Amino acid sequence: MLKSDVRDPASLPRLLITLLVILLLWPGIRLSELDLGVFFSGESASEMGQFLSGFWPPAHDAEFLDLLAEATLQTLAIATAGMALALLIAVPAGLLASRALSLSALPRGGRPAWWGRLLRWPVRGLMIFLRSVPEVVWALLFVRGVGLGPTAGVLAIAITYSGMLGKVYAEIFESVDQRPAQALMLAGGGRLEAFLYGILPNAAAELLSYTVYRWECAVRASVVMGFVGAGGLGQQIDLSLRMFAGGEVASILITFLVLVLLADLLSRLLRARLT
Amino acid sequence: MTLNLEAVGLRHANGSTALREVSLRIAAGERVAIIGPSGAGKSSLLNLMATGLRPTAGVLEVLDSRPWQLSARQRQRLRARIGLVHQTPPLPPRQRVVTAVLAGRLGDWSLAKSLINLLHPLDVPGARAELAKLDLADKLFAQCQQLSGGQLQRVGIARVLYQRPELLLADEPVSAMDPVLADHTLGILCRHASEHGVTLVASLHAVELALAHFPRVIGLRAGQVVFDLPAGEVGTELLDALYANEQLASPPVPQPAAVPLVVQIPRC
Repeated sequence: MLKSDVRDPASLPRLLITLLVILLLWPGIRLSELDLGVFFSGESASEMGQFLSGFWPPAHDAEFLDLLAEATLQTLAIATAGMALALLIAVPAGLLASRALSLSALPRGGRPAWWGRLLRWPVRGLMIFLRSVPEVVWALLFVRGVGLGPTAGVLAIAITYSGMLGKVYAEIFESVDQRPAQALMLAGGGRLEAFLYGILPNAAAELLSYTVYRWECAVRASVVMGFVGAGGLGQQIDLSLRMFAGGEVASILITFLVLVLLADLLSRLLRARLT
Repeated sequence: MTLNLEAVGLRHANGSTALREVSLRIAAGERVAIIGPSGAGKSSLLNLMATGLRPTAGVLEVLDSRPWQLSARQRQRLRARIGLVHQTPPLPPRQRVVTAVLAGRLGDWSLAKSLINLLHPLDVPGARAELAKLDLADKLFAQCQQLSGGQLQRVGIARVLYQRPELLLADEPVSAMDPVLADHTLGILCRHASEHGVTLVASLHAVELALAHFPRVIGLRAGQVVFDLPAGEVGTELLDALYANEQLASPPVPQPAAVPLVVQIPRC
């Protein structure tokens, strides 16, 4: 009697799932050729140690700080311009792809008619295509096309992020309470009016925090794209790494930290205003 | 004829039948109450009249047109002439009351006007006038989430009054109000209907309210019309038959002595 009280019926499945996860993870570690041993093998360890010790103190001479400031501004500009362009595509695409604004879904309990579902597919397909190619690949492509410089980074972010933003926007529209918008459409309102008055008030905070987070991601992405010649902090860190200037790398990394921190603060501030 | 239903049936997607063989004619300017036990199909019938649901059988005519034979654009124009007070007011919690009320006319407004109105309310006096009828003028600039359930229901009514529909449908419009307020609010709805020549169809839980405010009462049970009579001819026998099952389905509950008494607020 006591024994059956202590036994948890969920423990066996949990144990099995844990074993299964380890079993699945092991081939993954083998395939990715992860070998932590390299850190401790004499030569590479001392080399890394040397490089890391160069990180202190962070470079702070006036000339480098000027350079850093300019690169930071360029990175921010790339991310912001790219996001602005992405929004131009993402907002209409999100509205088109979302089932939340379907008039034909009104008498069917939220399921659009077959032709409505069919028409949404090309938009979804376009967004899948836009975001399936990583931004670095787009950047490489555009560097060939428009030459080295921030333009390539802006275009790459605009294309990839429009796909991501559009998809998530469409899903946010569908995830909030649908009744206000449906009631407005039932009272003769158009889809866009129903969106503005029925869905936007509920979705605004979510949309905003996701957009600011994506902007933060765009800042990071623009840094990565700097490595392939798209300007900004990325190009600077690439140069510093090649010259083994640890102090400069440290300064740039601190700048990243501050940027992400600022994005986080901005997101909090805006959300607090909206909720 | 504002509403004409001929042998209308409604079967939900999950296969359950909500309405069967409902035939009704409601003339312009009539005031009709629909009563019946829970699950009788009152909400389904009102949603059907509001063109929110499509009948699976029979003929439905609203304001002299057959909504499901119109193009989508024409149907939206028809819908702008029909106002539906929802059972639970579909208002976004963070929307301001003034915006929620003014949204009643979205069907008549252009997109540009709707956009401007979202940023800056264009008809504050209009919204205030409708809210004042319902004693809510002081909540004009409050957010919907700051209101109680009964206040929200009145905001929902104010929105439909502001819409100025020719056909006013109300699905349990006073279910979250206390008896006095419910009586007062129904009185306002009825007065608005008779002053503007609006056809009013309301479903109600409280039989007394239906008999007191509406000249014509329709009893609905299991998706079928049981009776359709002037309020004066609805007697206790008819009502007992209409709610028969509900009275049977109250088994004697053994009351444990230790449980504190829960005060039941009467639902209207």
